[in-house]
Amino acid sequence: MKLKSSWLLMLLVSFVLFLAACSGDGGQKSDEGASDETESTEESTEESSEEAEESASGEKVLVFARGGDSESLDPGSTTDGESSRVTKQILEGLLEFDKESFELKPALAKDWEVSDDGLTYTFYLEEGVTFHDGTPFNAEAVKINFERWADPEHEYAFADDGFVYSMYGTMFGGYKGDEGHVIEEINVINDYEIEFKLSQPLGFFLQNLGMSYFAITSPAALEEYGPDISEHPVGTGPFKFVSWTKNDSIVLEKFEDYRVEGLPKLDKVIFQVIPDPSARLIALRSGEVDIMDDLNPDDAAVVEGEDGLTLLTRAENNFGYVGMNTEKPPLDKKEVRQAIRYAIDKQAIADALYAGYATTSKNPLPPVYLGYNDDVEDYEYNPEKAKELLAEAGLADGFDIELVMSPTSRPYMPDPQTVAEIVQNNLAEIGVNVTISSHEWAPYLELTQNGETELFILGWSGTNGDPDYFLSSLLHSSNKGSSNYTYYENPEVDELLDRAKRAVDQDERADLYSQAQEIINDDSPMATLVHSTPVLAISDNVINYVPHPSTSESLAEVDLAN
Amino acid sequence: MFAYVMRRLLMLIPVLFGMTLITFSIVHLIPGNPAKVILGEGAPAQAIADLEERMGLNEPLYVQYGNYIMGLLQGDLGTSLKSKGEIAQEIWPHLAATMELTFFAMLFAVIIGVNAGIISAWKQNSWFDFLAMVFALIGVSMPVFWLALMEQWIFAQELGWLPAYGRQDSRDPIAEITGFYVLDSLIHLDFERTITILKHLVLPSIALGTIPMAIIARMTRSSMLEVMKSDYIRTVRAKGGGQFLVIYKHALKNATIPVLTVIGLQTGVLLGGAILTETIFSWPGIGRYVYEAISFRDYPVIQSGILVIAFMFVIINLIVDILYKKIDPRIKY
Amino acid sequence: MKLEEKKNQLQEQNLPPHDDNVMDEEETEAVSPWRDGWKQLRKNRLAIIGFAIILFFILVAIFAPLFTSYSYDQQNLADRLHPPSEEYLLGADHLGRDIFTRIAYGARVSLQVGFFAVTGALVFGSLLGILAGYFGRWIDMLISRIFDIMLAFPSILLAIAIVAILGPSLENALLAIAVVNIPIFGRLVRSRVISLREEEFIMAAKAQGMKSGRVILHHILPNSVAPIIVQATLSFGTAILEAAALGFLGLGAQPPTPEWGQMLADSREFIQLAPWTLLAPGLSIMLVVLGFNLIGDGLRDALDPRMKN
Repeated sequence: MKLKSSWLLMLLVSFVLFLAACSGDGGQKSDEGASDETESTEESTEESSEEAEESASGEKVLVFARGGDSESLDPGSTTDGESSRVTKQILEGLLEFDKESFELKPALAKDWEVSDDGLTYTFYLEEGVTFHDGTPFNAEAVKINFERWADPEHEYAFADDGFVYSMYGTMFGGYKGDEGHVIEEINVINDYEIEFKLSQPLGFFLQNLGMSYFAITSPAALEEYGPDISEHPVGTGPFKFVSWTKNDSIVLEKFEDYRVEGLPKLDKVIFQVIPDPSARLIALRSGEVDIMDDLNPDDAAVVEGEDGLTLLTRAENNFGYVGMNTEKPPLDKKEVRQAIRYAIDKQAIADALYAGYATTSKNPLPPVYLGYNDDVEDYEYNPEKAKELLAEAGLADGFDIELVMSPTSRPYMPDPQTVAEIVQNNLAEIGVNVTISSHEWAPYLELTQNGETELFILGWSGTNGDPDYFLSSLLHSSNKGSSNYTYYENPEVDELLDRAKRAVDQDERADLYSQAQEIINDDSPMATLVHSTPVLAISDNVINYVPHPSTSESLAEVDLAN
Repeated sequence: MFAYVMRRLLMLIPVLFGMTLITFSIVHLIPGNPAKVILGEGAPAQAIADLEERMGLNEPLYVQYGNYIMGLLQGDLGTSLKSKGEIAQEIWPHLAATMELTFFAMLFAVIIGVNAGIISAWKQNSWFDFLAMVFALIGVSMPVFWLALMEQWIFAQELGWLPAYGRQDSRDPIAEITGFYVLDSLIHLDFERTITILKHLVLPSIALGTIPMAIIARMTRSSMLEVMKSDYIRTVRAKGGGQFLVIYKHALKNATIPVLTVIGLQTGVLLGGAILTETIFSWPGIGRYVYEAISFRDYPVIQSGILVIAFMFVIINLIVDILYKKIDPRIKY
Repeated sequence: MKLEEKKNQLQEQNLPPHDDNVMDEEETEAVSPWRDGWKQLRKNRLAIIGFAIILFFILVAIFAPLFTSYSYDQQNLADRLHPPSEEYLLGADHLGRDIFTRIAYGARVSLQVGFFAVTGALVFGSLLGILAGYFGRWIDMLISRIFDIMLAFPSILLAIAIVAILGPSLENALLAIAVVNIPIFGRLVRSRVISLREEEFIMAAKAQGMKSGRVILHHILPNSVAPIIVQATLSFGTAILEAAALGFLGLGAQPPTPEWGQMLADSREFIQLAPWTLLAPGLSIMLVVLGFNLIGDGLRDALDPRMKN
């Protein structure tokens, strides 16, 4: 036996070493400058309920637990929220949003001017700011970044490596050479002054610049890393990138030369992936992590009741809806769509699914947004009225219909399956017989985009705080086949949305959007359900953490108590 | 012997080739493509079309397959469509994580299983026997993910004895060398860290190792019962004195082959099938890597991932077969 | 390959290498192995318990409407996550549906899935196994390589891929499970056929000019039935577990169909708030699988002459 087991051991060991040798650099990507190797071996490793933020060397380390890993750390080329959450700490843009709203504040641009015709924007940049690699931040760097996003032929566009800057295309009307592309020229006036010339006015141009997707990367880093920039981000933000263990954790450390004195407070930030929500909560309760996002609303009560934990909410920034394909009978009849809206018990859904952390929605726009029309009439739960409307449409006996959905959890709807079941139940009461068809996320997107659906469940989350992103994307006829899943078309609404997009006076825009919502509410292409209030939980040791509606908030001012 | 190994390795090639073909076909039969998933709900149709073009998704299938195989022959496992990273580099840490877990799960299964089986047989029909066999039966019948959830709830939360997730303490990541954290911590001579890492291994290893443990326990028990019936043993027992140890050793010898069989088969199951346990315990393993690739339609990752898992499975079985020969020279080829 | 056969034998019978050259007393008796087996089975207490468990669930499944007045998709949101009480024997789930009702109707689903998946795998697997084992040479090469490839695939990933292609539904999950289990029956039957092939009575039949078809039907099949039955009972349990795993991943039964794995998945987040939502389906899965394992063990002990003391 002894002989055999040692043979076995030898085989295994040599096999393992062979495989290890084959793997190249062993998998964990670190910057050359990673200073923590010696520190981590010196630190003691304490487990269980003891707060372990302060290691033997006295460092403040914050662990942020989230449900999925980032896709990429190059902000422009990804739309994934888990990526933005991290890149927000590493890279900065010209403007930024306020802590809890979409109000704009200066960031890398300390001041700006807009011409009267809305076609020229001039930005005055912060001076003496450096990137993490030591190179200076200046207007040239800004120009290179914007050109990189707009032009697939640009040397740093990395188009052949699969980089697509879809947010840029969506927010700025397309890419270089496209008809709708809004940025015509970018002029570097001097090192700290830059001018954007637009081909047409864009009401939310400034709002776009606050988005984390348009943060500025060091051109020297783009040169050095090329397409690997997605795994080696270099910006001007409060934290520098250290390492990324895929599907596990991303480690960031304090940038000593950050442009704001005294920030950041933390020495290290670690973003930890914990896919299972129950495990995440357990980790928070045991002190293994300090902040957890995507708390199950049902667990909110648990968190509130527990000493040492605090419940936080994000401002409403989304809505969930049952979409109706307006091109498919009988959904092409307005009365039928309205009937369906009356038949669904939105409040019950809000209570069942969100444990109260949701408000019912009557507009496809969150209430705090510019132009939100509170005067539209709400379609409150009224099965009788629904049946009347069906009769009016000649469908008093009801009909059969298919509801497609994907069980994947989304920010506006943690549990689409349950919503589908409730809707199915509700519609059964008015004689509409619903069959639920479940799909995986990827084919689901395709189905809905191609208009191959009747009823479907989706939602929408805000990005730049502007109503255009909601209303145009979802309901402008030009977006049929991309983000207008209901295939809704109403020329009046189109015109109102187009005018609002081009207007620069915010009051004018608000009025136009209000009018659009009236019409939309009557046409009812969607049965709006709820605006969710995402909940998260933090340990009481965490100070100054303010969750942002966009789900990417800066951790620069966050501190840890002992 | 050497000829045998060579022959087996050669036979590996058509099997692996067949697998790439099957995987490729299966994967491309799945509706939906990664372009949409990457760009999300809000993407304009044009952007999606552009991305599809750039990813080479519009090329005829045989061209896509051909490109993949060419790359494979040069040692290039492809590039992930999602992360744009090289798969050969990405896959190793995931594989190491799963291998480490599988190793400890099997260790648990063998140590507990074999000994439980031997003692059960020795004390046949006693309360120990009854309980052990009932536990083994329950172990084989329980959904693994349920067991994992329960473990986490009880030991991590209610009792707080063990960590709830991951391979290590988040705040204090190890400086990786091989990717096997236990080994790495020993190389660093950081024994406290070794303890922490072992603690993180306990719950998932038990969850994963329960089924193999149950199978091994039952097999060892019947094998031991056989052994105890044989004339040789009866003689030893009649002679009295030190009998347990003799029987123990003899039973171990006899149990080796069936146990090896189980290890060979189950390791394959654990390598690729640990998805649920890896999700529940946030273990960054290869099961999760490939599963998430399926959801994402990350074709190169799915293909290369399955290939690597299958390769490991076949190698392990080869090792098992070689060990058979060593242990039981009666076996002919 | 002798080594493969050996492994298969061990795999199926969980025995150490046995010296075949010695005939036990039992092997020389000319009594019908079936009657003998039945007697043996009846004596095995654990097998009886297993049988009782399965019978219980079958009855519950068939007579579900008698035991409960709720319908399995009856939502009562006000009673969401209600603990077990008089109204809700096993409590209510997150949509206020009675769990006991859903377990009862869910028994129908699980038992049907197990039955059809195993039958499918059995039929196709055995067919392929017989072809490979009896005709040998290139058919055997081809089929065995196919089995190798299928077995090298982690079965759950293969099942997931199949369901992903066909779309998530109970039927597709059933199909996926059947496909994944084909090689198990295939290998079992193949090794059995290979060992039977060398038996004298087979050679005699062939020498007499009996056609292959008849040989297979009249001699090979009947003698292969025992291990197939044992495997079938054990696979029934595995199939239910695999269905539960697929359901857990959202790739199985669609709402509002009550499937135990799906119920576990739905209740996962309530493990702390409402543990009964997890215990009921979890225990049910475990008991049914246990039942089948007990029966399977008992059958194996009863039908395999070598285990007789």
